[in-house]
Amino acid sequence: MNKEKIIEVKNLYAAYDEVVVLSDVSFSANKGEVTVILGGSGSGKTTVLNHLLGLLPIERGSLFVLGKDISRMREDEQVALYLQMGVFYQNGGLLNSLTVAENVGLPLAQHTNLTPELIDEIVFMKLGLVNLQHAFYLYPSQLSGGMLKRAALARAIVMDPPVLFFDEPGAGLDPVSLEALDRLILNLKNKLGVSIFMVTHEVSSILRVADRIVFLDNGVVAFEGPIREALHSTQPAVNEFFSVMKNENVRELLG
Amino acid sequence: MRKKRQKASFEYCCENRLKVRMDGSVMSLSGELTVEEAAEFTRKILKFFREMEQKKLVFDLSGLTHIDSAGVMALYYLRKKLGEKQIITDLEGASSSVTDKIRLFYPEEEVEIHPPRRPALFEDLGAQTHHFFSSYVLGFMLLASNVFYWGITDIFNRRARRKGEFINQSVLIGANAVFIVFFLTFVIGYVLALHSAGQLRAFGANIFVVDVVVFSIMSQMGPLITAILVAGRSGSAIAAEIATMKVTAELDALKTMGLNPNRFVIVPKLYACMFTMPFLIVFANVAGILGGGLAAHVYLDITPEIFINRMADIMQNKDLLTALVKSQVYAALIVLTGSFYGLRVEKGAEGVGKVTTVAVVVSITLVILADSILGVIFY
Repeated sequence: MNKEKIIEVKNLYAAYDEVVVLSDVSFSANKGEVTVILGGSGSGKTTVLNHLLGLLPIERGSLFVLGKDISRMREDEQVALYLQMGVFYQNGGLLNSLTVAENVGLPLAQHTNLTPELIDEIVFMKLGLVNLQHAFYLYPSQLSGGMLKRAALARAIVMDPPVLFFDEPGAGLDPVSLEALDRLILNLKNKLGVSIFMVTHEVSSILRVADRIVFLDNGVVAFEGPIREALHSTQPAVNEFFSVMKNENVRELLG
Repeated sequence: MRKKRQKASFEYCCENRLKVRMDGSVMSLSGELTVEEAAEFTRKILKFFREMEQKKLVFDLSGLTHIDSAGVMALYYLRKKLGEKQIITDLEGASSSVTDKIRLFYPEEEVEIHPPRRPALFEDLGAQTHHFFSSYVLGFMLLASNVFYWGITDIFNRRARRKGEFINQSVLIGANAVFIVFFLTFVIGYVLALHSAGQLRAFGANIFVVDVVVFSIMSQMGPLITAILVAGRSGSAIAAEIATMKVTAELDALKTMGLNPNRFVIVPKLYACMFTMPFLIVFANVAGILGGGLAAHVYLDITPEIFINRMADIMQNKDLLTALVKSQVYAALIVLTGSFYGLRVEKGAEGVGKVTTVAVVVSITLVILADSILGVIFY
């Protein structure tokens, strides 16, 4: 069955000065799935993500997000696309001068004509989804690392975007907080049908949430496919990466 | 207020996406209720009910094909507002997909979170004063004592000093500031003599322009202008550098490596600033007097020989000593203030900008205050 593609990357090339990071990268992500991009340090995962978010100019190749070619996009079109994308940054990316509520409500305040009272209600509800209602009036500097990430997630989903991008969501979280975050991510996928594109290294997280894996190695895609196939892959780089996961739990999971 | 006693009837359409039709006590919604329609929907319904007297309202959602979180919250908000007017509301007929969204987003119970309490005026005043003395004054004194302790002990401990750091900082703080200090004090000396010339000529006291220039530049303008420039250039750089080091956890890394950040980062800057400041002040004095001498020659026909002879008569060793003492006080104030505010950085990158600005303002203020006090002492 052909699934609807939410992201398509074709022959992407990227280099920083003389250093080629991505020589020829092509892959796609399906609607309603969690696609995880993997690879060693410096393999270009964040470069791919930044290209998809329109933060880096595209030298060669083409990228489609929600069916729109972001390499040939006017600024207003890009803004319209941003409204359909939620982005979760590794360190939260919250504005320190605003309270948590103001941070989460910022897209609503800027892009809709909802009344401040209704925006507060929506923000309060979204904070409730990430169990952070008590931080409504707090500033980001008053939050712990885990709370910052939950607040950032609340901001990412405040506009009910059909696609969410996560940059290392589990970095710096303890296993319990990480599991709670993964549960939230799965809820977003299962209950709201949100498509998720994620860069992460957290093995346990990958096992819990990933539907599809894109593995980058030496500037190309070394593997692309479902997580179960990735775990059995004979491709050396992929095999090496997943060897750490081949313990009892994984065998259990694989049946 | 007289309210209409009529059968409630209402109909509106929001950009063909949401249709609202009210008949009696049933409000039927059809189409989509999303963030696009939520604002207009709530506004119109609330406006309608402002003039209506009704006890019950049922939202018939059977025609709704799509609802998002903003739509669910719009329904919640409306029910809350209508409830305040004693209108009993209910939701009915939602499809399974709409029901799922309502179940997911609709708040189950009213939870109230109150904003932080604002303290009363005098309570706040007392707390701020206590905070100022305990945090700022005490903190500054502790930092100063720590830095001076390591500054003095490390003079005799060569191994503790980072190789090349003193030269590096001296170039950054002192050598790189020579041109701007020279240029500005030259201009100030010139303008000072120019403005004095008109007054002195009227009294036939042309020669006293030398006194005006030399006294002003040597005792006040030279040291003060130099200190203000160094505070602006290097004070801000010190604050920004230390603040960035704190934000990026470099200072924590130093601590966990068993290194004292004050000793490792601040002391070399203190050495460099205290060493280069007297030279900068001498440059400033020379430039200011040169500027004044040029203006005296151009406007009052005072030749360089006359200017130098008069200058030799009026200059005292005390002037040089004053400048030297001032240079050390200013240097210490600039480095300590920049470091103090750099170490107090909060809230990441935004905080770095803030502490840098505050560091410059405070160090210039402290320099001017110190100048006034030293001016009285050395009068």
